[in-house]
This record gives sequence, structure tokens and C-alpha cells, in this order.
Amino acid sequence: MTSIVVSGYRRATEGVHPPLAVPAYRSTLRRAPSRPPLIIPTTLTEITGPALGERDLGPLDADLTRQHSGEPLGERIIVHGRVLDEDGRAVPNSLVEVWQANAAGRYAHDGDRHPAPLDANFSGAGRCLTDDQGRYRFVTIRPGAYPWRNHHNAWRPAHIHFSVFGRAFVQRLVTQMYFPGDPLFGQDPIFNSVPDPAARERMVSTFDLDSTEHEWALAFRFDIVLRGREATPFETQEEA
Amino acid sequence: MTGPGLTPSQTAGPFFAIGLPWPDGPYAVAPGTPGAVWLRGRVLDGAGDPVTDALVETWQADPDGRFDHPDDPRAAAGGYAPSAAEPSAPGFRRFARCPTDEAGRYAILTLRPGPVPGPDGSTQAPHLAMSVFARGLLDRVVTRVYFPDQPEANAADPILASVVDSAARATLVAAPAADGYTFDVHLQGPHETAFFDV
Repeated sequence: MTSIVVSGYRRATEGVHPPLAVPAYRSTLRRAPSRPPLIIPTTLTEITGPALGERDLGPLDADLTRQHSGEPLGERIIVHGRVLDEDGRAVPNSLVEVWQANAAGRYAHDGDRHPAPLDANFSGAGRCLTDDQGRYRFVTIRPGAYPWRNHHNAWRPAHIHFSVFGRAFVQRLVTQMYFPGDPLFGQDPIFNSVPDPAARERMVSTFDLDSTEHEWALAFRFDIVLRGREATPFETQEEA
Repeated sequence: MTGPGLTPSQTAGPFFAIGLPWPDGPYAVAPGTPGAVWLRGRVLDGAGDPVTDALVETWQADPDGRFDHPDDPRAAAGGYAPSAAEPSAPGFRRFARCPTDEAGRYAILTLRPGPVPGPDGSTQAPHLAMSVFARGLLDRVVTRVYFPDQPEANAADPILASVVDSAARATLVAAPAADGYTFDVHLQGPHETAFFDV
């Protein structure tokens, strides 16, 4: 038997992630599991994860304004930040994927029936790898708010969906980035599904004047923080 | 608290299909790879209706039970840089991703994993870790797929053993199929799949 010592990951602090059943968000009613998830020990399966790399990326994947022959309508923005863990350590070489509505609040998806115009110059999807400091950067347009059928006069605050892998299965995260000062926060059950108000605010990007480009684009900063490692390693064994 | 606070999860919503599916996403191995098997199944809601806008992702060891990752101390290559990765099973990504179709179906092509070292000197039976994302799921749900033709390994698996309810435990074992295995995910209801907090 070969002894293997590995470090696990700290579990999320209570109140950071939404509970799965949130009655105000109607789609949870038939989809949220009724039993609480069983807590299992972290094993090699969970502390490892895919290395998804450059072979999968195209040169224009991180610039959502240059994926077509013309420029999309809307307010050009830079969205950037770092992928970190809870100890502030950079998560390098890690895939970040984004998708969003266009400036009019319409997704380039058959299922989106909101009667707002599509934009032939905007697909609304991008991806990039973090650099050695955990940094990522996208150029896109500011998405519009849009109505949805959750309740009467329901509107989603403008947001960009983010999908992040980190370096381990336990760090996998899908979230949404919001824009500062949005008046729609108060009535949105998805934003408010996060119990801890301080954690909720961490989904709101900050306006970043220093990264704004002169006569070109406004900039917003959004750091994404994934689970940090446990201080004490655990031991596991391999059969000879 | 010293470090930055964790970023909360949010739902993938109904329109992730514009960004997340990849053409080769369902293929953890290339079609035609010797030993490749299909894992097929459906995602169903509490009323038994198909969930047509879910994304299924799987992660697993290779047939030797190894991960090409710096945190698997047995990995031959120490490097984590994607371009430098040298898999022990060439061309095997170990990861697959498939959106469900209009009938709630997904399918991934993969290699059967080997047994994996577990906690306290135990051995985990061959398994896949699975995440499901969807509109109406504010956080992913996580489960495991075990194999029906491994009764002894499954009986000794520490994670399966921790699922006390035998009906819930049975939801974690795939069924045999002509070209691989079948594994349905019931998000809710009388056949609810056992989900894990990892």
C-alpha cells in the first residue's frame, strides 16, 4: 500500500450559496431536491478536476464585440477580474465561460420570447483562460434587463452568466455578475436567493475607472472567489 | 476572516445553451476508442417530466483509477498547464458535458474508470462524479454514477456505504444497456436521486 496525503477543501460558509428550494423562484418548486444533500468526505475524485485548455479556445472568444462582421449595438464594456480562492491565491490557467443577453435584453436563443430585437452582430457567448495571476478579461456590451414570467411584472436585473472550473471538482461554480446600483435588485428572487447580504453584494461588479479605456469602453471589475484548501491534509492509500 | 469571501452560486438559467455546450463536449474519449461506453440517461423533475434545459457534466478517473492532476500524487506528469498535460490514457479528457434534449436525454461517451483510493485506506468502487445544472437549480446538484457489474467493489465503497437508505443508495448505480449504461437523474419525487454535498 502506498500512502497518499492530500489536502481537502473547506466547506462553504453558511448563507453564501442559495438554498435549492426558494419558493419565490417558481422554477425551484419541481426541481429542487426534497432531501438535503448527504455530506461525504472529500476524496481524490473531488480534489481533482479537468484541465481545459488553449486547444479549445479561439482568438476572438474573449471579445464578444468582434465575433461577427459588424459591431453589436449597445454600450461597449470591459469586464475583468481575478479568479482566486478563499486564501487569496490566484487560480491560474483555468477556464472562464460567459453568456449574456444583448443590449436590448434578448438572448440569441430560440426559447427567449421577449419581444425585443435580436442583434445579428451579437451571439453573447465568450470564454478565456485565466493567466498566471488568475486574471481574465472580456470585451462585450452591457446586457439589458429583461422581463420573465416568474411573477407579475418580474424583471431580471442586467447580468452576465459566469461558469468557472477552478482546479478541482469541488471548486466548480456557475454564477451571475450584476452591475452596481441596479434598481431591480429588490424584486429579483434569484439575486435575493443568497441569504447573506454581504455574500449577495459579492456578485455585484464594481465600476473600475482605472481600467476604462479612453474614448473606447467603460470597465467593470468582478473577482470570483472559489473554495480554499483545508489546513490539515488527509491520508488515503493505494493498493499495491 | 482573512481572505476574500466566497462567490455565491446562481442558476445557469434557461439559456446557457448559447455558451456552454461544446461540439465535442459529450465525448470524454473520441468515438471509436476501444473500450468506450455510452452513459445515457434522462433528467426528470418532481412530476416525472423531462428537464429539457439541464446540463450534465461528468468527471472521473482513468481505467487505472488515476487523475492527471497535480493533486493526484500518483500522476506521472507533475505539470498542470493544460498544454503540458500528458495523460496516461492519451486523448482521454476524463470530463464530459452534455445538455439535455427535448426529451430530457443526455449521453456521454467515456471509458470505464478504475477503482480510486478512498479515505482511511479504503478503496472506492469505479465511479463518475456528476454535476447537474439547470433553470430552477440555484446551485448545481452533485451525484455519483456507479456500475452495476461491480457488486463486490460497490459493497466495499465508503461513499455508497454512507448512504443508509437502500432505495436512495440504489439510485447511484447505473443500469446495463446494449452499448454501455443508463443513469437517470430524478431531481425530486418518489425516485429522487441521492445527491451529495462535496
